[in-house]
Formats: sequence, C-alpha cells, structure tokens
Amino acid sequence: MSQQISESHLNHLEEEAIFILREVAASFERPALLFSGGKDSCVVLRLAEKAFKNRVAGNEFSGRLPFPLLHVDTGHNFPEVIAFRDQRVAEMGERLVVGHLEDSMARGTVRLSHPLESRNGHQTVTLLEAIEEHRFDCLIGGARRDEEKARAKERIFSHRDSFGQWQPKEQRPELWNLFNTRIRPGEHFRAFPISNWTELDVWLYIARENIPLPSLYYAHERSVIRRKGLLVPLTEVTPPEAGELVETATVRFRTVGDMTCTCPVESSALNASDIVAETLTVTVSERGATRMDDRTSEASMERRKKEGYF
Amino acid sequence: MSAVLNSLIHHETDVDTQHRALRFLTAGSVDDGKSTLIGRLLFDSRAILADQLDTLEKRAAGAPIDLSLLTDGLEAEREQGITIDVAYRYFATRTRKFIIADAPGHEQYTRNMVTAAAGSDAAVVLVDITKLDLEQAEVTLLPQTRRHSLLAHLLRVPSIVFAINKIDALVHPAEGYAKVSRALRQFAEEAGIEVQAIVPVSALRGDNVTQPLESNWYQGPSLLQVLESLPTVQEKVEGRLAIPVQYVATNGDGTGHQPRTLWGRIAHGQVQAGDEIQILPSGQKARVVEVRKAGSTVAQVVAGESAGVLLDRQLDASRGDWIVTPGSSEPTNAFEATLAWLDTEAAQVGRKYWVRHGNRWVQARITAIEHKVDIHTLQEADAHELAVNEIGHVRIETQQPLPVEPYAANRVGGALIVVDPTTNRTSGALLVR
Repeated sequence: MSQQISESHLNHLEEEAIFILREVAASFERPALLFSGGKDSCVVLRLAEKAFKNRVAGNEFSGRLPFPLLHVDTGHNFPEVIAFRDQRVAEMGERLVVGHLEDSMARGTVRLSHPLESRNGHQTVTLLEAIEEHRFDCLIGGARRDEEKARAKERIFSHRDSFGQWQPKEQRPELWNLFNTRIRPGEHFRAFPISNWTELDVWLYIARENIPLPSLYYAHERSVIRRKGLLVPLTEVTPPEAGELVETATVRFRTVGDMTCTCPVESSALNASDIVAETLTVTVSERGATRMDDRTSEASMERRKKEGYF
Repeated sequence: MSAVLNSLIHHETDVDTQHRALRFLTAGSVDDGKSTLIGRLLFDSRAILADQLDTLEKRAAGAPIDLSLLTDGLEAEREQGITIDVAYRYFATRTRKFIIADAPGHEQYTRNMVTAAAGSDAAVVLVDITKLDLEQAEVTLLPQTRRHSLLAHLLRVPSIVFAINKIDALVHPAEGYAKVSRALRQFAEEAGIEVQAIVPVSALRGDNVTQPLESNWYQGPSLLQVLESLPTVQEKVEGRLAIPVQYVATNGDGTGHQPRTLWGRIAHGQVQAGDEIQILPSGQKARVVEVRKAGSTVAQVVAGESAGVLLDRQLDASRGDWIVTPGSSEPTNAFEATLAWLDTEAAQVGRKYWVRHGNRWVQARITAIEHKVDIHTLQEADAHELAVNEIGHVRIETQQPLPVEPYAANRVGGALIVVDPTTNRTSGALLVR
C-alpha cells in the first residue's frame, strides 16, 4: 500500500489528541484513563504526559497526571503485558486502579457458562462496576475509528446512559471542536483522543516517540496452533483440540487483548520502524488478523458496545 | 523524527505540503450512489483489506461485490439498507491523507449534513444523472442537488465539487455531461456558489473516480485528482492573537511559587514571550513571560497549535476566557446568527438554552427569529419557530458578553453550539453573521 507518511500529519493528530485530553481534564470531575499496556493505550498515555507534564533534564516527564489509570483485568491477560503495565505505572509514579473480573465472578455478577469461556465480553460488567464504585464520569480510551465499522460511527466524546450503554441512534452531533460534555448524575462519557488515527499512524508515533511497549509486539518465537486461518497462541486457557498440531513460529502481536481471543501474526519485525514498513504492505485488517471473537457476527462489536463495552 | 522514518518518508512520499489530512463530506440522496462512491474510493485506494473484502464476497455469493456495503457499519443500517449516522472513513494516496465524513442523505439530511460540514474542507455533491430529464433544452436539477449545495454553501464549506454519477448508464454520456454541467454552473452562479470542479464518474464501474476517464469527450481530472488538489482550511497565523483558554494548570515547583499555565488552542495569530496580551472578558492586561508546548518551553506557538502561556502577573483568568491582543476584540451579549436546528423539539423564542462559544458555556436565548431560509431556494420566509432540519436567521442574547466574530472571518470565533438544558441534547448550530 503506498501511503503518504507526513510528519505534519502526525503533528496535527498529536495536537488534536492533546486538545481532547485537556478537554476531559477541564470538563469532568472524576475522569480516568484506560490503560491495559496495549499499544494504543501506551500512545494515549504518552499523549497525556505531553498534555499535563513538564519535560525536565534528560527529556523525562515530571509531575503526575490529573487522573488515575484504570485497567480491567480479565485474569486471562498475557503475563508479559501485566508485568509491563505494573512496571510502567511504577516508573511514572501514576495511580492505577484495577478492576478484576474474578471479583465480579465472586460477587456473582459475572457467570461463566464453562471455565474456559472467553472472558472478553464479560469484562463490560467489571468495567461498569469499577465506574460505579469510583464514580468515574469520563473514561479516556485508545479506540480508533479505523479498527472496526461500529467504531467508525462513534463520536470522539461518546455519551453513555446511566446503564453505561451506548445509544448509536441518540449520539450527539459533534460540531467543530465544540464538544457537548454536559452530563447528568449517573451517566458518563467515553473520550477517544486517537479516534482519527490509523494503525499506521500509531506505529509511526511509537517509532518517533520511542514509546516502550510489551515485548509481545515484536518478533519472538512462540508455540502456536493453526486454527481457521489464525495462529492461536498455546496457553493454559487455549489448549490444542484433538488432532491439532502445536508448532513453533516467529510471530508478533498486532493487538494484545484477552489470551482467549487474541492471535499473533507471523513476522520478523524487531522494532517499531520494522513494523511501520510492515504495516505499509499489510493486506489483512488488525482485527481480521488477530481477533477470534469479532468473527462470530458482523455486528458483534456493536452489540457489545451497546451493552457498555469499551 | 528518526532517520529510519525519514528514509521511509522520502521513499514513500512524493510531496509533503499539506499540514494535515483533507476532510471532506459527501452529499447525495439515497440511491444516488453515495455509498458506492465511497466504497469505490476506499477500494481503489486499497484502504480495504483482504478480510473486509472477504466478508463482502461471502455476502455477494458469486455476484459482483457491492461496494456500498463497506460503509454501513450498524446493524440497523444493514437491516434497513440505510445509513443512520455520520461515519468517518480514512484513506490515503501517495500524496495525501483523507478523512471522509460520510453523512447519510436520508430524511434527517440537514442535521447530518450540518454535522458533517462543520469543520470540513470540502463537499462532494453527488448528482445522479439517470434521474434527470436530458431531453429538455435546459436540464432541471433535482431539488436535493440544490438543497445539498446550498446547505454546504450556507455552512461555508470552502470547496464545493459536483460529481455527476452513473455516466455509464447513458448512451450519449458526452452530451449528458455537457448539459448537466451547464445547468450546475448556471445554478451555482445564481446562488453565488464557487464551483471547484464538475467531474463525471461511474462509482459502480470505477470510471474517473481514482483512474482518469479515457474518453474523447472528457480530458479533465479524476475525482481523486481534484480531491488531491483542494486546499485545507489554513489557520491565520498573521495578525491579532486569539486563544480561548481551555485548561489552567498550576505547576508548583516546591518553592511555594505556583505559576499558572493557561492552555488553549490558538484560534488565530501567534504568541511569544514579551507579547502584551489582554484577558477577556475582564479586560486585564499582562505580559507573556514564557510560552510552552507539550511539556516544553518554546520560542513561539502559532494558530492551530495549543499554547501554554505564563504571564508576568497573577490574573484572574480561567477556562472560557480569551487571551487576545489588547484592544482587538469587543465582547457583546447580543448578536445575529444563522441557526441550523437539529433537535426534534422546535427552537423557541424566549426559552433559555446553554450555548458554548470557544470553551465557555453561557445561558442564552433566541430573542427573535428574523426569518427562516428555504434551503431549496434560499428565499426567506416568516417563522415563529424553527423545527428540526430548519435553518433561520436569528438574534441571540447571552447572559455574559462573548467575543464573537463573523463565522466567515473565523470559524473558531464565529461558531457556537446550542444545548437543550433539559435533555442535554445538542439542539442547534450557530454561525455568527
């Protein structure tokens, strides 16, 4: 794919994202930034540092963000990602709130139909419980409109009703940069500073800014199972089925979500610049290459979002 | 930017002159082929990836794939075969990035077009040539062509392009194109619309969308070539300064000194240390001692960028205020505006609404509806209220004075939204006259 790579375009996207982040901090009383350790949330975190912190000697950032970080842990996250998350939070001196899906299971608000069921869809319950418990009124997320068709329809400031639900037909028109963030008690917003970014833009920015990421994003050897055109990583929650062959492949993850539904792609890309070059020639979308759960129905993302999924 | 990225840029890019992506909206009615045209732009520019194509091929079950299905993202849209809401699509060519605001042409057309047009650099108005009577000496345009163009014009979308679609369906395309072009040019002249281009296309076949038409009757650019050449709205860097204060940060340095940084995206002008400024509406003056950008001190910050401004004295300045060149702006609490109404509950004279100008929310009321505008003809008619999808000329009174500017001179200073205090719905868009 021949594409324009433009430094000024990247600067413009950065300006827009920082503007949105400051808008959240100025408009809401109790915002939080969703941080999973994934590449999009790492980019949003860097943008937040630029929006709210000062550069000091050695080009490091000083100070603390005006909101905590929030992660919903399904208990099925890749251990490398959780370790990375905790290390980054400690290095930056930020506050991290973790909502554990297993706590929701203990409370009985999440019930699995079988033990190895994907917990990805269930995390909505834990997310909404965390919002209620901490009375968050705006969650900043790293979703992009190029990821998926239902995301393409969502506003930058996306209103959620008192059940945490997205109402696609009731979206507030977004005019100029005059965001309507007015809210009633019990309702909240989701704000997406990198809505207008593409996967390529994200990798260009990671390369430009030297943003640290979990090692899973870069080429490594991993035991995988080839299943329905996907490379399913071998983990304790994704065992091989009868007759399936486990093999070793050189892979990287384009997206890191729940272990039960995230697949790597074959790649030898060792750093962000390699991935930029790879992304320029890619022929399969990020979700198409990597997600098991979105394949069940064309509307699966939309349905989950209506229930409050992020 | 790193050397690796630099080499990628030189390798992949012919020119890098644009500050940012071109944002454009597409206007057209149901069945005019709008979704097909967008699908074609995405498909031919290779923004559609194999798995997305795979989904379409499965649904086509052997028949040619339907490109229009690429843009219908919601379940209800697929069920009903219509587009409900504005969606944003991305594609790029060797020379440029694009963001399409895909506004549905359905019943709620005005509301959706207003949303898509706010902030767009260009509008592509689709004309379905098969719906026109080409036997007439003078072709009569369809009402929706007039409506879409007039709306884009009224909202001051800078560039308007006509795409005459379905030329593949004509036996004599040259003649049809010439006749419809003539009618479009005449209409545009009467309405005062400056036309950037009139391009014949077949979205279905892909003629003249991204690949130039090879014909003896049309030697002009393809639609994509036109889009690649259109200007983006440039912020005014020269002249007086205006910054709506967005966020005030207190940076304690541990010595008990608490300097305040006033952050805001510069509407126009530029700012550097040493400049004298004035805070509106209080009118207090101060001198800039430091300018910051994204965490660092910089020499200068210009229109379009967010500036962090530190002043030489502690002033009462907060979100919603403006930082301006002294004496350059006179706030007012009464002004005239064009009001596009978006809410199913009609606009009422005398009722209190919230309006947002820059970063300030104030209460406001419509003191008079001078008239409403017939968007088929731009004729003015008496009105006591504005219903959904109606546009009128109104007088507004605000609870506090605002430094408004004519929208034509500056989008940031001239645009406001109206919010219903009961429902919190965004009910209207105001363009200061």
